[in-house]
Amino acid sequence: MKLQKICDIVEGTFINEFQYSPEYSKADYTKAFASDLMSDVLRFSMENTVLITGLSTIQTVRTAVISNLTCLIIARDKRVTDDMINLATESRISIISTKASVYEISGLLYKNGLKPVY
Amino acid sequence: MKMQYFIQGGDFSAGGRASTEVKSTIKQFNIPPDKVRRIAVALYEAEMNVVAHAYRGTMNVDLRPDFIRVVFEDEGPGIEDIEKAMEEGFSTASDKVRQMGFGAGMGLPNIKKNCDEMILSSIPGKGTRLEIKVVF
Repeated sequence: MKLQKICDIVEGTFINEFQYSPEYSKADYTKAFASDLMSDVLRFSMENTVLITGLSTIQTVRTAVISNLTCLIIARDKRVTDDMINLATESRISIISTKASVYEISGLLYKNGLKPVY
Repeated sequence: MKMQYFIQGGDFSAGGRASTEVKSTIKQFNIPPDKVRRIAVALYEAEMNVVAHAYRGTMNVDLRPDFIRVVFEDEGPGIEDIEKAMEEGFSTASDKVRQMGFGAGMGLPNIKKNCDEMILSSIPGKGTRLEIKVVF
């Protein structure tokens, strides 16, 4: 699933400029993982996976960098700080912000075909 | 190739910076991507442990053609019971650590899972030493 479609499904907005890069149109996501616990995220291989989280801190972005995640969906319009945006953009990670909850985002993306991570 | 980093205890905004730097360095070598990810996860969890529990620490990286060895040494309260600390779910982390998405007692088990050798020793009241090795 392409990033724009994911963003449309969750009625989100891109909060960094990364969607204009060539990687943006190439990225194709097949799985999603929802967690506020970064150690849990670090347990799995996260290739082609979207992370849905209510945790909006610099460590959310660092976890993405370490785990090769390239798309974060921040639930319930949590504030995304400038240092998060800078690190994400520098690391070629897209951040989507939405007012939907983790539960709603997970349901919407599952219904539209993204698979879970085990 | 050797690299050394200083880790400041309690500095949650900088926590993970050293590990991400090491990850981008080792990515330039001919190391399988899954090994790079495993090394990065182990280093990040270990770095966050120093940030979360110690006053200060160092991370010394020794990168060789066929393996990487990383030693973390910190000054801090140390670990009273290493066997207990290795149990999944056991944690002494503060609320602040938990608010950053860590402190659920998964750090040390995650490190063990991602490396080929792990040696953990500690002197309570003085500090902790963790050595990890991943073979390519």
